[in-house]
Amino acid sequence: MKTITIALAGNPNAGKSTVFNAITGGRQHIANYPGVTVEKKYGSVNHKGYRIEVVDLPGTYSLTAYSLEEIVARDFLINNRPDLVVDIVDASNLDRNLYLTIQLKEMGVPLLIGLNMIDIAKSRGLDIDHEQLSSLLCVPVVPMVARSNRGTDYLLDKIVELAAEPKEWQPAKISYGLDIDKAIDEIESSIKASGITNEKYPARWLALKCLEGDKQVFASLEKDPDLSKKIHAITQRVIKHTLSTLEEDPEGIIADHRYGYLTGITKKALKRQIQSRLNMSDKIDKVMTNRVLGPILMIMILYGMYLFTFSASEAPINWLDMFFSKLKVVICTVVPKGHIQSLIISGIVDGVGGVLGFVPIIMFMFFAIAIIEDSGYMARIAFMLDRVLRWFGLHGNSVISLIISGGISGGCAVPGIMATRTLRDPKERIATLLVIPFMNCGAKLPVYTVLIAAFFSENRTTMMFLLTITSWIFALFAAKLLRLTVLKGSQTPFVMELPPYRLPTLKGACIHTWERTFQYIKKAGTIILGLSVLLWGMMSFPQLSADQIRVFENRKNSIENITLNSPALKKYIKNKKDLRELDKLYLTYAQAVANKDENITKKLRKSRFFPLLNAAYKTYLNKTDNTDGYDKYSQAPVPESDTGHTENSLAEAAHEYIQYRQIKEKIDAEQRQTALKHTVAGWLGQKLEILTRPLGFDYRTDIALVGGFAAKEIILSTMGTAYSLSDSTANRSKSLAERLANDPSWNPLKAFTLIVFTMLYVPCIATLACIRKETSWKWVWFSICFNIILAYAVSFIIGQGGRILGL
Amino acid sequence: MKKIISMREMLNNQKGIIKKVSAMGEMGRRIREMGLVPETKIHVQGRAPLKDPVAIKVRDCILTLRNNEANFIQVEIEVPDAPEKNTK
Repeated sequence: MKTITIALAGNPNAGKSTVFNAITGGRQHIANYPGVTVEKKYGSVNHKGYRIEVVDLPGTYSLTAYSLEEIVARDFLINNRPDLVVDIVDASNLDRNLYLTIQLKEMGVPLLIGLNMIDIAKSRGLDIDHEQLSSLLCVPVVPMVARSNRGTDYLLDKIVELAAEPKEWQPAKISYGLDIDKAIDEIESSIKASGITNEKYPARWLALKCLEGDKQVFASLEKDPDLSKKIHAITQRVIKHTLSTLEEDPEGIIADHRYGYLTGITKKALKRQIQSRLNMSDKIDKVMTNRVLGPILMIMILYGMYLFTFSASEAPINWLDMFFSKLKVVICTVVPKGHIQSLIISGIVDGVGGVLGFVPIIMFMFFAIAIIEDSGYMARIAFMLDRVLRWFGLHGNSVISLIISGGISGGCAVPGIMATRTLRDPKERIATLLVIPFMNCGAKLPVYTVLIAAFFSENRTTMMFLLTITSWIFALFAAKLLRLTVLKGSQTPFVMELPPYRLPTLKGACIHTWERTFQYIKKAGTIILGLSVLLWGMMSFPQLSADQIRVFENRKNSIENITLNSPALKKYIKNKKDLRELDKLYLTYAQAVANKDENITKKLRKSRFFPLLNAAYKTYLNKTDNTDGYDKYSQAPVPESDTGHTENSLAEAAHEYIQYRQIKEKIDAEQRQTALKHTVAGWLGQKLEILTRPLGFDYRTDIALVGGFAAKEIILSTMGTAYSLSDSTANRSKSLAERLANDPSWNPLKAFTLIVFTMLYVPCIATLACIRKETSWKWVWFSICFNIILAYAVSFIIGQGGRILGL
Repeated sequence: MKKIISMREMLNNQKGIIKKVSAMGEMGRRIREMGLVPETKIHVQGRAPLKDPVAIKVRDCILTLRNNEANFIQVEIEVPDAPEKNTK
């Protein structure tokens, strides 16, 4: 089968991706162009005995050397010489789209125009005579509506027909005015005479680029010093001349002539129906970007997104939570107790489950963002906020990246960093990219949720709102700081298009949502899985030596012996085996009562230990102060005893038993604490404690924060593991929030410090990998150091300041 | 009566024809490649809540420019002949 290669070119928003998907059926491969971060999308299709390889070039407005996308696009055309370039032109915006077409013609590539979105053009009263257009431009034109697959077959027919017989590159001769035309001829002939270029580069195109002041082309001609000197002289002469006569540089004059040429064509090929009234989109804009209403509506829409995300994701999050708890129960019964079970539960399920558990929030947030983007409203947000962001050295479009990364809380920095690609200026882009990690991404939310529930439960909504504002303040001022120091530089022009409002399609929004959510899930499956297993290992090994364990065992044994010898208990418990059984039953019973599980309580009633069990549990409830919130779960009526034993001796036995339990649990807790401190993570945490003491963090929090280097989701699960590993068995059923609320070393100030530290300190590994991909190692290291220092400084001020104020 | 002013000075909803783009280099290119070249009709749609950037309709689409960019674009506008009319 013969293979033809075609390249898809076109403006951003001209529907290039839609055409690409329509042609290739969506089966695409994504790679980067060599050496740069611009994405290269390619796919293939078989048509009429030909295999057509389609390369999607980056969307550009022109082919200069100002932006990476444009350089990539034209380098691809010159170096790979596709058999045909299909230029996708938005029919509803003909003039500006043809501007790129002209530049392709200047290069001389074999060209075919896909005149897309003719339905929209028609609905706006634009009548395009495509045959006329084709004959005026001397380029075949295929009218189409890629969105509904109209005209794509004909386009493929045309591609095969044209590409089957390769043509020579024929740079079009367009007049740019007398002075410039003359200069082009001069340079063209000198280039040809010097023989410096092989057949690859059309000499006329090089000449034109020289006059446009194209640095890349100039550099390529420097191999021949005589030639470059000569060209330099000619261009300088022309610049001087045009500046003095027309007050414009040649670049501007060339652009003006291109548009002049185009206007001549569109005047003939395009008929405009008289349009006196505003179209729908303009009417919407009159309200949406109104001076007073605009900002109010914007806040309402963003708040609506927030409400939608959190209310819609509540149920699925609970389902996933239930699923993972059930999964753990199943694993407990299938896998025998030991290291393997611990690895699967604490390492794998808790780590990955913690991440996947938050997928609903991420997914709904991305869905809301996709709707806002596809409708065209996101560009209006950028428009309205540009003035504010500019003050901080950012660009209106930075808002989009920041919102995706969690600006309304619950996004992800990875797709957020990808979205910075819409920013033209490298400095603005790096500044945006470096402050993105301060946003409250979906991974930080669980940490906030738990700490807020434990210490600020009365003001949940206010606190969340406050944290959102705080993250924006830090991001914006950090950006300002960067732009005043390491990223000093002028600002890029903001000539931006406000696309017409469009009703977003469900399919489009879903594809968008899925692409971004998938990046997040991929992170869970790879980085987080690996690291949570590693962390589990660090928190489990090395274990206590046999001698150390024996010390604890001996203490437990002696307390057991004392208990067995107590006269009150002797009546109920004969030997160690009985005691062990009672221990087991007690735990089951306590849990069953707490969960109001009648089936189990009924079963336990039949046990010969039941009277003691029941009395002991009641004693326990009376003993513990009912302040920890635990009691509300146990309000289920505790079954009355129905045996003939004397109440007094039973109460005494119960009391003895509970006392024994409490001592034993204390020893257990001591053993677990010692064991955790003995592990690699414990050692590291204790070393770090010296540094973090001013902030108020203990070694367990430090372990969690080290885990957070990998991914913020790990902070919570690690804290859960660290606190549960060093907590008593009876408290196991308590949530981390309750545990922290009861821990005397914790207070609201410490919780708030930890929240702020989590918000600011190091980006997660996935984000760093993404920063590396988009910039260089230099910025990765910068980001790590900058964020840690900032986080430490801010937390230090909060922690110490709070202490001085006596909080 | 016709008068040439910079785009920045144009009022909301005012129409005009671009006569000159004096920006050069990258800014000049960005302005021109979006179709803002001499003899193009423009129509000011409105401004962002903080009065900057400005949104204009050009060749069937809406573009936004910052005020410091609009400064570089000279536009010919139609001014009513009445002399007392104040065009700010």
